[in-house]
This record gives sequence, structure tokens and C-alpha cells, in this order.
Amino acid sequence: MRLRNTWVGLLGIALVGTLACGGGSSETKPAASAATTAAAGGGSKVDAATAGDVKGMAVIDGAAPTNTAIKMNADPVCMKANGTPQSQETYMVAADGKGLGNVFVYVKDGLDKFTFDTPTESAKIDQKDCRYHPHVFGMRVGQPLEILNSDPTLHNIHALPKDNAEFNNGQPIQGMKMSHTFDKPEVMVPFKCDVHGWMNAYVAVLNHPYFMVTDKDGKFDLPNLPPGTYTLEAWHEKLGTQVATVTIGAKESKDVTFTFKPVATATN
Amino acid sequence: MLHRFAKFLVACTVLLILAGSLVTSHDAGLSVPDWPTSYGWNMFTFPPSMWVANILYEHGHRLIASGVGFLTIIMTVWLWMAEPRRWLRWFGVATLGSVVAQGLLGGLTVLFFLPAAISTAHAGLAEIFFCMTVAIAIFTSPGWIAGYHDASEDIGPPLRRLATFATLLIYTQILVGATMRHTGAGLAIPDFPLMFGHVIPDHWSQAIAIHFTHRVGALLVTLTILTLFAHVWSRYRHRPELTRPAAFIVALVAVQVTLGALTVLSKRDPLINSVHVVCGAMVLTTSLVLTLRAWRGSIADRGLRNADSHDGVQSAIPIYNPIRNPQSTIRNEGARA
Repeated sequence: MRLRNTWVGLLGIALVGTLACGGGSSETKPAASAATTAAAGGGSKVDAATAGDVKGMAVIDGAAPTNTAIKMNADPVCMKANGTPQSQETYMVAADGKGLGNVFVYVKDGLDKFTFDTPTESAKIDQKDCRYHPHVFGMRVGQPLEILNSDPTLHNIHALPKDNAEFNNGQPIQGMKMSHTFDKPEVMVPFKCDVHGWMNAYVAVLNHPYFMVTDKDGKFDLPNLPPGTYTLEAWHEKLGTQVATVTIGAKESKDVTFTFKPVATATN
Repeated sequence: MLHRFAKFLVACTVLLILAGSLVTSHDAGLSVPDWPTSYGWNMFTFPPSMWVANILYEHGHRLIASGVGFLTIIMTVWLWMAEPRRWLRWFGVATLGSVVAQGLLGGLTVLFFLPAAISTAHAGLAEIFFCMTVAIAIFTSPGWIAGYHDASEDIGPPLRRLATFATLLIYTQILVGATMRHTGAGLAIPDFPLMFGHVIPDHWSQAIAIHFTHRVGALLVTLTILTLFAHVWSRYRHRPELTRPAAFIVALVAVQVTLGALTVLSKRDPLINSVHVVCGAMVLTTSLVLTLRAWRGSIADRGLRNADSHDGVQSAIPIYNPIRNPQSTIRNEGARA
């Protein structure tokens, strides 16, 4: 009886752990919340009781270039889905003119002694209204990526990684789904639709759960980070990368601000 | 009739090259990710309602290519059935082989995600195929068969060498252009006529080097064509079969250089860029026409020997050697290409 209770208890812990690991961070929820239960292989287990927190903002120091206008008239379905003039999603600037959205923030270095279970829940990317949703997101090595075409028109999803295998698959029918798994960590893997040249997205593939895409106000939060010294990197599709080093102690919270400068030659 | 059909094939090939260049100019090469099917459909049953956005260019290119392939089959069979010159019959077979290889290269470059090597080879073989169709049109033309008007006057080696050099130089220039196109170096030097504000670029990369080579090549081709034109005009002004292509190619080169400049200045406007590719192919084939006509006597003699020794078509002799037989009907009619 005692043995059975032990097994039930372990199973319960594993179930909670799996749910906490969750899917990819295609939602704005920080993927780092999954970290506390993740430990596998020879690495250490993250102790939730001592974990700290890194939060902050990505900001642009100056006026962001105007997003390039998109002409969707080559496909009536795209035209119908987007009645108003459309533009690229390159620069998502907050109302205050400073906060920068769609910046991918992640721990680049400092987690070597930890290992993490691979989420079984799929990360998701949807082709809807002739756009990729989300435009920037992160997922884990070995985690399935569900690719959906919600549009009543054809799309091809073409990934152009450098370290992982390139793929290009057609999804001509509305509702079609496919799944893909990346084998190696890589920041970033560009996605493009060769049918609709304006459609592009970026996915970061990492072997840990400490990453997040800044929201429309430019904010991010990486909770449950074990005490230690970390290199954080913030990536923007046109403005490049910014790096910061941060040390957090037990239960400590630190703020980090990444400042991007608009370059004169920046174009969409 | 065969000559007309060959000219029709040439026209269709121009259309095919335009379609192919539109694919690259619109970055549409992978908009249909599978091959030989199109999104799982048989290429010929792929619903037209799905030919949207960039698919129109890629799928259209495939359909036109299939049509040109079919026309090439017809021409090859036609040559095999009706053409007495054995070497020309086999030339037709080689042309068919080139279009088949071209189709395979087109498929492979899609399946392997447009590697520069395969895409450049696809572009290079396209030009060779185009040259072969033009050559067949020339070889089957009444003018070629009749030996043109003043074929009794030998064309000197200088013109033959110069025209041959020009054709090879233009082809090399096209290969450099194709490499530039398929390695994304088209705007590696963003200004024109200067390069980064200088006569010579003040910094270098592989892309800049490729782009710079293409510009230098354009200068060399222009100088060569002007020399060729001057040579033809000074020595063979009374030979319209030479002066016409010589004058035409000068005009084409002027247009081509302008299109090249506009391609850079417009930041690779797809239509300008595509017409630049087509115009380049026409420069090449016009030079080829001039070259073939300069070499006509030698080629026709070889054809005659082949006809004599292998075909046993006696009737070919008065037709294919009008120089030796001034009573040739075709020559008396003054027919020309």
C-alpha cells in the first residue's frame, strides 16, 4: 500500500511537472515558468525555493523606421482578409515611443549545469489572414512544432535554418496541419512563405525554457531562474542583438533594459 | 515549314526565359515546394484558382517549360523524319536532350532549395538551349541553305574569330550574371555608375567581387561588340546577313546596359530585372547568329560531306551547295533568313 502511494505521488509530481513545462512560448506567457520542475539527465535540478527573477524592457532609443507597406493584391483571399492598408511587423513600438515589442529575450549562457525535460506539448504557428502568428516565438529542441494553415488559400512554410535541416512544405488546403521538430538549438530560424513574399516569422530553438518575446509594451519576464550569473541576449529582426550580464541571488529579482538604436540604413 | 516551326520554338523559348527570370526576380522559386507535382496535384491539373501570388510565376514557368519541351520533341522528330543533313538531325536530338536536362535541373533546384550551383547551371543551360533553337532556325533557313547572296566571297578568319570570341564572352558574362543573381549579389554594389562612390570599390566581399566582375564584363562585351560592328561595317557592308545582326546587337547592348543600370537604381525592380535577363539572352543569340553566318561556309561544307557520305540524299547536293551549283533554285529566289 505504501509502495503504491509512493508511485501515485511520483506520478502526480511528474504530471504537474509536465503541465508546468507546457508548450512553446508562442503565447506571451513566459516559458521560464516551466523551469522549476525540469531536470533530467546529468544536470542539476532547479530549486524553485531559491529561484529568482529577471524582468525588464526592450526599448528603442530614437524614432523607429516606418514599417514597409505590404501589397496583398496578388492574392484575393489576403486582400479580403485585410481590408485596411497593411505593413510589415518589423517594428512594434509601444504608445510611449520607446518600448519595443517582438524582441526575443533569452538566457544565452549560464545554464550549462542544468538540463531540462523536453515539453511534449506542441509549440504552434498559424498562417492566418496571410500572416504568421506569432511573428516571433521560441520553442525547445525536440519539441514538436505544429504548423497550421487557417487561411482558405495556399501557403508554403519554408524554414531557413543554418544549423538545423531546411524544409519547405506546401499547405494548399485550409485547416491543414503538419508537425516539425528541430534537433539543434538555433537563434533564430527564419520562416518565410514563398507564395506571399511579405510573410515572415522567426523561431528560436533552445535547450532550456528561459526565453520570452517582449510584449507590445516591450516588457519581458524570466521567472524561476536559479541563482547564478547569466548572459542574456535580446534579438530584434532588424536592429540586431544586445547583450547583458546579470547575477541574481536566491529569491532575488533584477531588472534589465536592452536599448536598441535605430540604424540609419535600417529598412524593412 | 520546318524553319517557321523552328522560329516559333525560338519565340516560345524567349517567353520561357522571361517566365524563368520572373520567377527569380520575384523570389518565387520555392513557391511551389514540390516537383514534378504542384502542391500534390499533377502539374497539368493544378487548379487555376490556386495560381495566386508567386505561384503564378513558378507554376506558369513550369507549364511554359513543358510546352517548350513538347514543341522540342515535335521539332526533333520532324528533323529526324525530314532533314537530310545527318548532323542537323543529331543536333535536334541534342537540343531535345538539353531541354530534358534543363527540366531536371529545374526540378532539382526546387527539391534542394535553390542551391546557387544548380540554379546557375539551370540558367546557363537555358541559354545553351536557347542558342540551339536559334541555331536550328538558322540552319533550316532558306538563306543559310542558299549560302546567302555573296557566299562566294570568303569571310575572313578575323571576323570568324572575333564573332566567336564575342559569343563566348557574352555567354561567360551571362554566367557571371546568373551567379550574381543566384547568390543574391545583385545589389552588392548599390550605386551606378560609380561603385560605393568610387570608380573601383573601396571594400570587397565575395558578393561585391561577383557584382564587380559582371560590370567589368559588361564593359568588355560592349567594347567587343563595338569592335565587331566596326569590323562588319567596314569589311562586309554589302552583306546584309552580317550587317543586320551586327547593327541589331549594338542596339541590344545599349538597351542591355541601360537595363542593367536601371536594375541597380530601381533596387532590382522585378520587371526590369527580368527584361534584363531576356535582353542578355537576345544579345547572346544575336551574336550567335552573326557567328554562325560568319562560319557558314565551313559548316555547310561539313554538312554537305555528311549528306554525301552518310545520307545518300543526292537531291541535297544542289540545295546545300549552291556555291558549287549556281542554278540552285533557292539561291535564284534570293531567299534569306
